[in-house]
Amino acid sequence: MSGLAYALRDVGYRIPSPGGATEILAGVSLDIAYGRVLALVGPNGAGKSTLLSVLTGDAAPSAGTVRLDGRPLADWRARELSRARAVLLQSHDVAFSFTVADVVEMGRSPWIGTARADDDDRLIASALARADVGHLREREYPSLSGGEKARVALARVLAQDTPVVLLDEPTAALDLRHQEDVLRIARELASAGRAVVVVLHDLSLAGAYADEIAVIDGGRLVAAGEPGEVLVEERITAVYGIPVRVLTDPDTGRPIVLPRRARADRAVDSRAVDSRA
Amino acid sequence: MTADETVTADETVTADETAAPASAATQASAESRPAVRSHRRPRAVAVFAVTAFLLVIGVILSAGSGQLPIGPAEVVGSLLRAAGIPQAWAPSAPLIEQTLWQIRFPRVVMSLLVGALLALAGAVMQAIFANPLAEPGVVGVSSGAAVGAAAAITLGLTSFGGWTTAVFAFVGGLAATLVVYATARSRGRTESVTLILTGIAVNAVTGAALAVLMFVGDTASREQIVFWQMGSMNGSRWSEVGVVAVVGVAAASATVAIARRLDLLALGDRTAAHLGVRVERLRVVAIVLVALLTGVAVAFVGVIAFVGLVVPHVMRMLLGPSNRALLPASLLGGAVVLVYADLLARTVIPSADLPIGVLTSLVGGPFFYVLIRRTRRRAGGWA
Repeated sequence: MSGLAYALRDVGYRIPSPGGATEILAGVSLDIAYGRVLALVGPNGAGKSTLLSVLTGDAAPSAGTVRLDGRPLADWRARELSRARAVLLQSHDVAFSFTVADVVEMGRSPWIGTARADDDDRLIASALARADVGHLREREYPSLSGGEKARVALARVLAQDTPVVLLDEPTAALDLRHQEDVLRIARELASAGRAVVVVLHDLSLAGAYADEIAVIDGGRLVAAGEPGEVLVEERITAVYGIPVRVLTDPDTGRPIVLPRRARADRAVDSRAVDSRA
Repeated sequence: MTADETVTADETVTADETAAPASAATQASAESRPAVRSHRRPRAVAVFAVTAFLLVIGVILSAGSGQLPIGPAEVVGSLLRAAGIPQAWAPSAPLIEQTLWQIRFPRVVMSLLVGALLALAGAVMQAIFANPLAEPGVVGVSSGAAVGAAAAITLGLTSFGGWTTAVFAFVGGLAATLVVYATARSRGRTESVTLILTGIAVNAVTGAALAVLMFVGDTASREQIVFWQMGSMNGSRWSEVGVVAVVGVAAASATVAIARRLDLLALGDRTAAHLGVRVERLRVVAIVLVALLTGVAVAFVGVIAFVGLVVPHVMRMLLGPSNRALLPASLLGGAVVLVYADLLARTVIPSADLPIGVLTSLVGGPFFYVLIRRTRRRAGGWA
């Protein structure tokens, strides 16, 4: 599989508010290709999750066009979409005491009645193993810790086995090792020809694993491109309002973003004051 | 409120700490995994077998007891003869045959149907709201249906012939369900507290409406409405059983057909939608089904509360929450519970017919209370 998954042109999204309408997204144009990992980054409230909702089809843009596989997203039926894209949201609550295996099996439900349902058992087993939750298989979902729930939810998304995978802050509840695991899985999915979009807060993670980074700020796309081009000190400092230093990982050559911090024995960081002035 | 949050946070920490050793233990017994995975299947077979067995015994006992005691052999014999299997057990006295077929059997079948439909309605409602405390009686659907039926009685309406009461009960139940649905949900979830408070509000209004209908009605309809609120299988007729059976079987089949999609609602509305479920449409269909099941169940026998709460809960503990097993099991379990409840209602006080709704509320009320207590104690439970 190659070519474009999503094509967004001048996408805007506004919600009614007391003083007229609030613009959440405006003028976003973006191409998302198969076989690549795209990281969406930006400060809190920048519009990342809304942009992801536009990609999932949950939110219809109030301006512009969104096409998936060349077809306007609005023309896709719910069932077709469920076979084309899988979504991991930030909240992974499950009502009732379903087991981990039950929850992951739910990811196969779009394929019921198709030839691909024959693969159910194999895909469920492999999804459980990849998300490192195979040993939790029989546990009741509500009894899991936050990080375990997040990984089970990821396994459910993997089991859905779709060409497009959309992940909203998949690393939020995870420890260091599992954060790396999740992004390595994202890379593997891309190597297998899938389009992966992942919303991230950790810029170094984005820098290390993404093929492309899109920076959203104030509802606008302020930069998009390879990590080395996008993650530059001036831009990050401007977008996040905090001075940063961008280093190069000696092992991979990828950018590492560090906030500039005052030394514990120095009361005032002169550089921070400078940049604000 | 602050105290509650502290407790929840503490318990989450405990879950985190215990997770590591538990998972290590599971990993050690890795080879037993496939066997463990399907542990619910043999159990399901056992549960269905035991429930079906209890059902048969209950039917025979219930049909046999009353002012004129009839032996189990005669009950079975009479049933087999009706099925066209001649044998020596069948009763020869016409009085016994008449008692069985004109009084006992309609009543037994009615209790089976009503129990099955109420338990099923409860299970579906819990799936729609993703909350195990949702129940037609608790949230006011049953009393909404009662208002509809009482209106038909008091106003002497006959626009739909023998179906009039059932139709009005359905309309009343549907109206109450829609009110609960529209008010108790916020941002795709239903919190227990909101659900129960909504139920209190709906029940207050329906209680007042029933009182008004009783006030304006004549003595006969007043008595009928009082009987309604207490619920009783007494005087069930075949024609009524027929109405309940036709509507009930249709609604129950439709319900079982959407069981798998109802499971996905447990993941939350958005995720269910991402898996291809048209959530709003599914909910509307399920709500109409709940109103149908509840409306037709209470149309002739009155309000029987808590069956839809207790039965699905017990079955969920035995079989797990998957609706594909839960819905049929609740159907069967509800039938069993009401057959025995009706038997008890007729026999617990000699020569008196205790209203069955009183009986189920006596048992179900405390059960509901325990359930609420447990919800509050458990972290990550039923919000």
